[in-house]
Order: sequence, then structure tokens, then C-alpha cells
Amino acid sequence: MSADVDTGSESSQSRASGSPLDTFWDLLGRNDAVMIVVYALAIYALFTVVVWAVFPPESFTNALFATLVQLTFFMAAYALLTLALNLHWGYTGLFNIGVAGFMAIGVYSMAILTNSPDPGPTGVPGFGLPLWVGIIGGTLAAALIGLVAALPALRLDADYLAIVTVALSEIIRLTLNSTTFQELTVAGVTFGTGGARGIGLPNSPVRALFYPGGDPGAGTTAFGEATFAFFEGFGITRPPVVVDFVYAVLLVASVVLFYAFLRRTGNSPFGRVLKAIREDELVARSLGKDTNRFKMKVFAVGCGLMGLAAIIWSIGFFGFVNPVFFRPVITFYVFVALIIGGAGSNTGSVLGAMTFSGLLLYLPQLLEQSSSQVLNLLSGGQQVQTPSTVVGAFGSLGSLDPLPFLAYSLANIGSLRFILIGVLLVLLMQYRPDGLLGHRKEDAASVDLLERVRAGGESGGRATADGGDAGGERDE
Amino acid sequence: VVVERPGTLVVALVGLYLLVDLLLKLAGIKVPYIGGSFSIGRLASLLVDGLVIGLAIGLAGIGLSMTYSILSFANFAHGDYVTSGAFVGWAAAYLVAGLGMEGVNATSLVLINASGLDLTVLEAPLAILLGLVVAGVGTIALSLVLDRVVYRPMRDQDGIALLIASIGVALTLRYIIAFVFGTGTRGVTGVPGRLQLGPVTLTYHELTLLVASAGLMLGVHVLLQRTKLGKAMRAMADNKSLARVTGIPTERIVRNTWIIGGGLTGVAGYLLVLERGTMGFSFGWVLLLLIFAAVILGGIGSIYGAMGGGVIIGIVDNLAIIWLPSGLTRAAAFFILIVVLLLKPDGLFGGVSTA
Repeated sequence: MSADVDTGSESSQSRASGSPLDTFWDLLGRNDAVMIVVYALAIYALFTVVVWAVFPPESFTNALFATLVQLTFFMAAYALLTLALNLHWGYTGLFNIGVAGFMAIGVYSMAILTNSPDPGPTGVPGFGLPLWVGIIGGTLAAALIGLVAALPALRLDADYLAIVTVALSEIIRLTLNSTTFQELTVAGVTFGTGGARGIGLPNSPVRALFYPGGDPGAGTTAFGEATFAFFEGFGITRPPVVVDFVYAVLLVASVVLFYAFLRRTGNSPFGRVLKAIREDELVARSLGKDTNRFKMKVFAVGCGLMGLAAIIWSIGFFGFVNPVFFRPVITFYVFVALIIGGAGSNTGSVLGAMTFSGLLLYLPQLLEQSSSQVLNLLSGGQQVQTPSTVVGAFGSLGSLDPLPFLAYSLANIGSLRFILIGVLLVLLMQYRPDGLLGHRKEDAASVDLLERVRAGGESGGRATADGGDAGGERDE
Repeated sequence: VVVERPGTLVVALVGLYLLVDLLLKLAGIKVPYIGGSFSIGRLASLLVDGLVIGLAIGLAGIGLSMTYSILSFANFAHGDYVTSGAFVGWAAAYLVAGLGMEGVNATSLVLINASGLDLTVLEAPLAILLGLVVAGVGTIALSLVLDRVVYRPMRDQDGIALLIASIGVALTLRYIIAFVFGTGTRGVTGVPGRLQLGPVTLTYHELTLLVASAGLMLGVHVLLQRTKLGKAMRAMADNKSLARVTGIPTERIVRNTWIIGGGLTGVAGYLLVLERGTMGFSFGWVLLLLIFAAVILGGIGSIYGAMGGGVIIGIVDNLAIIWLPSGLTRAAAFFILIVVLLLKPDGLFGGVSTA
């Protein structure tokens, strides 16, 4: 079995030899929690350097804190989505590229359930239920739509399933976008999706901790006072960022829960059937497993998790959402994150999500926001005219002055980062389709097949204890 | 038979309902739940619009269908091939039409930024024709380069790996176009004259699209039916290993597939922009699902299926407005895609996976 499972620190201690540095690397390779934390710290360090370089010293502390909170938000949100997708693609081999649609179902159902029935002139009326009902309801709605979609779609081959799921996600988005369902009355209850204008989201419960009723205009609670004062001690003077920080901690906690849930699922008998379906569905079926049932179940669970992930993300991050947010491209973001990390490994999913959202999505955005300072740094203080067209940019490159080209690139870094992501995706598929940790894809067996071969010479007793199926499995 | 195929029965009933509804609407009869009013003239113009768009989608679909059957993967970058063809072709058309004009510099021509240069097919037929050729040739070159760099090293990998790589290609292409040409939507053509043909009016641009796509489709038909290439392609789509052991030069066939498919795709993008008058860096990507719908509807691998499927999808996309609110017509086209995949995965024209 992969290192994903045997993360015991006792074994790493016994193997560690020599200098403390060796111990560190050994620990890093064997303990996934340490690996993730070290990787996160490295990304934080990189961002700290960037913020230090582009922000003036007097606003450094606040800017750094805000940036790191934002970064944590992104990384944790993408980690949730990537973990959910890993259940489909990594564990079961279901090529679901309708992630955006299931996210939309989750968030919209939650919003409709919790919105006030009397929202005022600009809002969209809803059912006015408490937030926890909305979260559970949204998750169940996403799972239910997933189940309905799975009923027929899972009979199809992988690439057909891909097209059906992406078409479904577009149908969902276009339906939410249409004026028909903007506001409708069924059996005397008025509710709606808000159409293209979008829909308001409930106040996050974290805000209610700091402000009475979650409204900053209504003053600050005692807890809020104390916390803000505490952070002010470190020079952090922006209360909204402190609120976001607390929510980011909640998000990280959700990632831990998702991870634990997926790991348990993956190691259960249910999870082993999923992996068997991924490896060879025919074999799984001939061993008496009703693979269609398993696929439907896991499809529904995964879709529910996608809905839940989007709900957790959106409550803390947005005041409202509109259908533009759920375009298919966000599905591909999550896919890229999973492929970078390595489909089939939960730790890989988290690392991939951190790499993608931190380094590929957020870092360019940060550079773009402070493009004038970055340019100043690069040019050593001299004024640079940003060319208005790409021809001007390349023209200056021809005359051996790279600065206008850099200025143009910085102004268009939003496009450049996607070129980079696309190239990276192609290179990954060509040279490293396993991603960072895909080689740790878990086997469909409950015992480590490799370990038995390895340990065979030393302890013959173990091989026989595993039972008579050893020979058959070695044939693979 | 009815009991064995409940899905088909439901589809037939829904179709019957829609047909009766349409007839009642045309007759101007309104009873509860059905009927209303709709003029025949409007229906005719919707049909023509659908046919015109559908032909362009079918043209683009031929390329997708060919690569799907011969290389065995769903090319998610195909929509961005459409966009690339349009941008390259229009840059060439602008350059030809605008060069030598006063107060217009070559840079703004190549970047399709020159304002006041509203091309129409009657005023600048040469520039438009040249743009059409460049759109085709440029997309062929692009397809061949991408095949050499991206897909050829991956020939032995499975369809999903190629599909994922094509998503990377799609992102790269789309944002290279955005990087070079900017992210705004631009108006490209002038207002074309109109032509009265019996009960329907056509613009000259729609007529150009109609003639050009019909001609190209006929050309492909002749090419694939009369030459050895067509036979070799059908053999490869059928069974790659068998094709190779019989001595068919598979790599050359693949190259020819990209040449034909890429060329048609680029031309389709160029013609679509001629018809609608505007383009942006992601218009092909938005069309991709419609093209997929056309190809699946017609049966993957069948070029006649792609043409027919394109026309059907174009007409559905336009006619759905009769029964549905305007925001949901596109969703209807995708819904038909899903229904066809579930009920008749081999396509409407009966599972011919050959050209």
C-alpha cells in the first residue's frame, strides 16, 4: 500500500539514520501531514518575499496578512474541490467534467433555502430557513442531481461521460441564468435564482461572532473587540481581514475533515471496489460486484461533496454569486489541480490544489494588482511606457529593450497564466501523467502487494499468512 | 417494440406534442397548455438562420468527427481551432483590403483593429476570398504543428490522456489569441446587402457561407469517395492495427486527417464571423459543445452525420425559441445532445463509424 496510508511516525523514526537533515527528509517523504505543512510554508515564504518586494514597509504587515489569508482561502477552497473530484476520477476513474454544475446546484440551493422571503427591492426571495438547513439541503441537492445524472450517464464510455457531464453543467448554468426562473411562485411561495443578476448569499456565521447579527454597522461584539485588539498587537489593523482569517481557519479544518473522510472511504471495502472499477470494471463485475450501483453511489457522494465544497467556499468568500462563476472553465481548474497533484492520491490532491491555486492562479493575480511596483523593481526605477499592442511589445524586444515587453506581459498576465497552465497540462500528460504523487495511487487490494514481494525473503511466514491468492495476484 | 424502448416512446410523444403545438401556433389557435400564435414568415426566417449556422457548425464538425474516429479522442481544443482560423483569416483579409489605404497602418490591420474598414463581400470580394484561403491554410499549419508537438508523442496513450492534453492545448491557444489580439469583442464586417429569395431574405454574407460550406462539403465527399485516401481513412477508423498490417501508412493518413479537418475548421470559423459580424477570443470555445452535439447527433466518424447533425443542431438552436423562453434555447440543444447519447449513442444516422 502507498505511503498515503502508512504514515506512522514510528517507522520513520526507526528508518531515519545519520544527521538531523536526513531525518527531516525522511519524515517529509513518509508523513503526509508534514509534507503538506512544509509545502504550505514554502508557498507562504514565497508570497512573503513577493509582498516584501512590492509593498512599502509601512503597509507591509497588513498587506502580508491580507495576502496570506487570501492565499489560504484559495488553497483550501481548491483543496476541497480537488479532493471531491479525486473520489470520482482518482479513485473510481469516472471522468466527470461537470464539476461547475454540481457546485452551482449546491450554492444556489443553499442560497434559495436560506434567503429571506422578504428580501427588499433588490434581493431574491427564498424560504428563509436557517443556515445549517441550507448547507445540508444544498449538499443533498447536489448529490441528488448527481444521482439523477448518474442513472443513465454511467452506462457510457469515459469520453461520452465527459461530454454529457459538461453539457449538463452548461444546462444547469444556462437555466440559472435564464429570466424564466429569476423569480417564480409555486404553491404560494415565491423564490428564484435571480437570473443573470445573481443571488445573494447568507451572512457567514463567523461574521456574527464579531459583529452583532453579522452587520459591521451595528458595532462589535465583546469577542470581536478582544480579537481585533489582539491582532492589533501584531500591527494588523484591518478588522475585515481578521474576520476572513477566522473563516480561512474554518476552511482549512474542512479540508482536514474532507481528507479524513476520503481516506476512510478509500480504505473501506467500498473504496476497494471503487479502485477495482478504475483498474478493470469487467473484473470487478465478474467478482460479483454490482459496479453500476457502486458507480452511482460514488457519483452522488462526490457530487454532494462538490456542492458542499462550493457552499463552504462561497459563504466565506462572496456576498453573492451569479452564473458566470460556474462556467466550465472552473471545472478545468479543478482538473488541472488534480492532475498536477496526481489523481488517486489524496495528499497529491491537496498539494496539487495548493500549487495550482497558489502559484498559478493567485500569484499572477497578485503581481497584476501591484504591476506598477513590480515594473518599478524590474526597471530599477526608470519610467516604462506600456505598449498598447503586442506588436509594439515585440518590436521593443527586437530592439533589445525587454522592459516594454515585460510591461505588456504584466498588463496581460491574466492571459499569460492560462497559456502557462495549458502548456503545463500538455507537458504533464506527456512526461508525467501521474502528477506529483500519482505514483502513490492506491491498489485495489487491502494488503500491500509490493511489500509481500519485498519482505518475502526475510519472513516467509508473512507470505503464507496472506492466503492462497498470492500467486494469482503476482501474475499481474 | 414500444415496451422495449420506453425512451424512444417518450421522445416520440414529446416530438408529437411540439409538432401539434407548432401547427396550432401557426394557425393562431390558443387552448390551455397548447397553441398560441406564430407567423409562418418568422418560422421560415428561423429555419434559414438555423440552416446557415448549422452548415458552418457541420463544416467545423467534420474535422472534429474525423479526428475523433481516426485518432480516437475527443478534441476539446477544436473550438479554439475555429477561433484561430477566424483570427488568422480576418487578419489576412484586413491586410489585403487595407494596405495602401491612407491613414491605416499595417499593425492595426494585422491586429484587426482598424476602424472604418468594414468589409463586405460585395465591396471587397478579393480580400474576403483571400482571407478564406488563409484561414484554411493557417489552421492546417496550426493543426499539423500541434499534432507534431502535442499529440504525436502521445499516440500510444489512451483517449482520456489525449483529451486532457487537448484541454491544455485549448487553454494555450485561446489565451495566446487573447494575449495578441486582446480580450474584447470586435466588430469585423460591414453591413451586407440583402437578397430576396421568395419568402425569405438572405444577406450576401449568409449566401457566401451557404455556397462556400456546401461546396466544401461536396469537395470532401468527392475526395473521400473517389480517392484511396478516403478508403484508407475508413479502414483506419474501423481498425487501426489491421490498417497498419495491411500496409496503410497510418502516420500519413493521420496527417491528411488534420489537413482536411483543420482546413475545414478554420474556414468554418472564418465564415461564422463573416455571418455574425463580430468575434472575440473565446467564441469558438463557446461553440465547441454545439459542434460536439452535431457530431454526436450524426454519429461520430461519419462526415455526412456531422453535416446533417450540424444542420439539425443549428435549426434546433434557432427553432427552440418557438417553445422555450430565449434564455433556454441553447440549453435545449445540449439537452438533445444528452438524449441522443443516451438513446442512440451511435447517432441518428445509424452507427456508421465510417466516412
